[in-house]
Amino acid sequence: MDLFEYQGKQYFARFDIPVSKGGVADTDDEAVAQAEAAGYPVVVKAQVKVGGRGKAGGVKLAENADEVRFHAGNILGLDIKGHIVRRLWIENSSDIAKEYYASFTLDRPNKVHLGMLSKEGGVEIEEVAVTNPDAIARISIDPTVGLDLQTATDWVERADLDLEARDQAAALLVKLYRCYTEGDCDLAEINPLILTTDGRVHALDAKVTLDDNASFRHPEWEAFAWGETEDPREQMAKERGLNYIGLDGTVGIIANGAGLAMSTLDVVNQVGGTAANFLDIGGGANADVMAAALEVINTDPKVKAIFVNIFGGITKVDDVANGVLEALKRVEISSPIVLRLDGTNAAEGRAILQPHLSDRLIAEPTMLDAARRAVTLAGN
Amino acid sequence: MSIFVDENTKVIVQGLTGSQGRFHGLRNRDYGTKVVAGTSPTKAGTDVDGVPVYANVKEAVAATGATASFVVVPPPGACAAILEAAEAGIEFIVCITEGIPAQDEALTYARLVHEFPGTRLLGPNCPGIISPGKCNIGITSGDIALAGGPVGIVSRSGTLTYQALYELSSQGIGQTTCVGIGGDPVPGTNFIDCLAAFEADPETKAIMMIGEIGGSEEERAAAFIADHVTKPVVSYVAGVTAPPGRKMGHAGAIISGSQGTAQAKMDALAAAGVTIALNPTEAGNAMIEIVKAMGL
Repeated sequence: MDLFEYQGKQYFARFDIPVSKGGVADTDDEAVAQAEAAGYPVVVKAQVKVGGRGKAGGVKLAENADEVRFHAGNILGLDIKGHIVRRLWIENSSDIAKEYYASFTLDRPNKVHLGMLSKEGGVEIEEVAVTNPDAIARISIDPTVGLDLQTATDWVERADLDLEARDQAAALLVKLYRCYTEGDCDLAEINPLILTTDGRVHALDAKVTLDDNASFRHPEWEAFAWGETEDPREQMAKERGLNYIGLDGTVGIIANGAGLAMSTLDVVNQVGGTAANFLDIGGGANADVMAAALEVINTDPKVKAIFVNIFGGITKVDDVANGVLEALKRVEISSPIVLRLDGTNAAEGRAILQPHLSDRLIAEPTMLDAARRAVTLAGN
Repeated sequence: MSIFVDENTKVIVQGLTGSQGRFHGLRNRDYGTKVVAGTSPTKAGTDVDGVPVYANVKEAVAATGATASFVVVPPPGACAAILEAAEAGIEFIVCITEGIPAQDEALTYARLVHEFPGTRLLGPNCPGIISPGKCNIGITSGDIALAGGPVGIVSRSGTLTYQALYELSSQGIGQTTCVGIGGDPVPGTNFIDCLAAFEADPETKAIMMIGEIGGSEEERAAAFIADHVTKPVVSYVAGVTAPPGRKMGHAGAIISGSQGTAQAKMDALAAAGVTIALNPTEAGNAMIEIVKAMGL
């Protein structure tokens, strides 16, 4: 789960990482109240999970209440690359002397943690990596060892941060590493990490991705559910416990297993169609799961055909077949359904469906045949 | 021959008394795998359909001489179960558990490397390993595999592993071993480990490798193939049409920026001389042609 900037800063604060004083606002009145509390001048920042907010007019400086009200009014409702601004973060403005970059993430090829620190912050780190790779000081951290203050101090020196920033930066990096590991982040990034004109080091932005697999030990993450998905289809799928990603095409996809679901998208695309979604029903495809999956796809007006692609492993194909029939009793499905069923108990599953097949419920022997049929029915 | 396991491999099921452990553990035994024991901290002294249950892995190993373990334990306890097996001297651990936090995986992997260098972990979040006719540890349905070789399969995805087995078996082409390495960010066994083992196995004549978007394992595998693999390799990479920045089910399947795209992976593999297929059926057909051309 990606966090909004304000959520990331709230998360940082739990680990004692210094951030600017500020608060959230959903209306211009609330924005003024938060500005009064934070102290002028303030920065009014759009909360969207997409880069380039500043260029889009989503970040404005305000000296007084009138300016806050003016900017908040303009920014709320603004469309930034398809993301509508519904919440603002208002924080006390910082006098910036220097901008740095700091992050921790997993170095997947080497299976260790990777820290990156640069004295060239405030710009895309991918850009720095290309134009001036020597400006990024990397550190590999063995998870069994962790990051201590001495190592962080050496790292900060190697990154050549300004002398007056080094002690504070080293201490902050140790806290950020704790946030990344104990806080179960996939990514904890500060860009920019700033040195103020009065000599303080703190996080001016926060980019945090939480590891969904760790949610069982972080009840506090429930507070971050606000605005998690904008797509009403994804919202509905989430409520039903389905692994769904909305796309723009006309063929609804239901498959078991992430790899097969991805592959189903690929095949639909190769035979000239477009997928309306990614939907992995996982290992336990019973009637409830199948009904929920069909129901979510059914709410998508763009869908003209549905392709159910199942390869039974743990999932038994006869259970899937019963699930489809049960689902059809519960939900009126507006598009024809094309089924491809293989694997554990496939023969039993096909036999169950046989008497119910029609021009609305079609079985095909292979994945490619089924994809072609679904794409034809969708009119691509 | 097979890689990592064979007909003599003795297996302990950690979590045998749970519903998943019982179902898959007994299914593996029915396939012919030597499932010799289970463990449960609370049900020691009992048995599951004749398979004796011990309090811990150490006792189970002492009683049975098992060298492999099958971990069917929920996410909060899975890493402790893996380390318990390693401490008891288990050489090959298969963990199918889905949903283990990445931080735990990274820490567990590092501990295995430092403290138990002789132990190999397969998974987590993988379908397991099957050497047709000899040994099946995991959740793969045994009836879609065909014994006798000559193809070795390695895959990151569970259901695509089945698809790959099916594409070959349905046309009479058998497998030496099929390994599902799993789609998590820190897999205990990676493509390169399997490619090296298949290259060294005289009975494996060709290799099918199923990748997916995210990370750079396929690119690293491509470099390894170019330098070290003489056998023909056919590959399919799932997720050509995946949108960037979205997690596609597997925790590892995410494209960050231009990195990790299916196209980049296919390009790297093609440059290493690998035959690229655009879907599993194409991959199966390409492999069948290769095998037939070898006169097998």
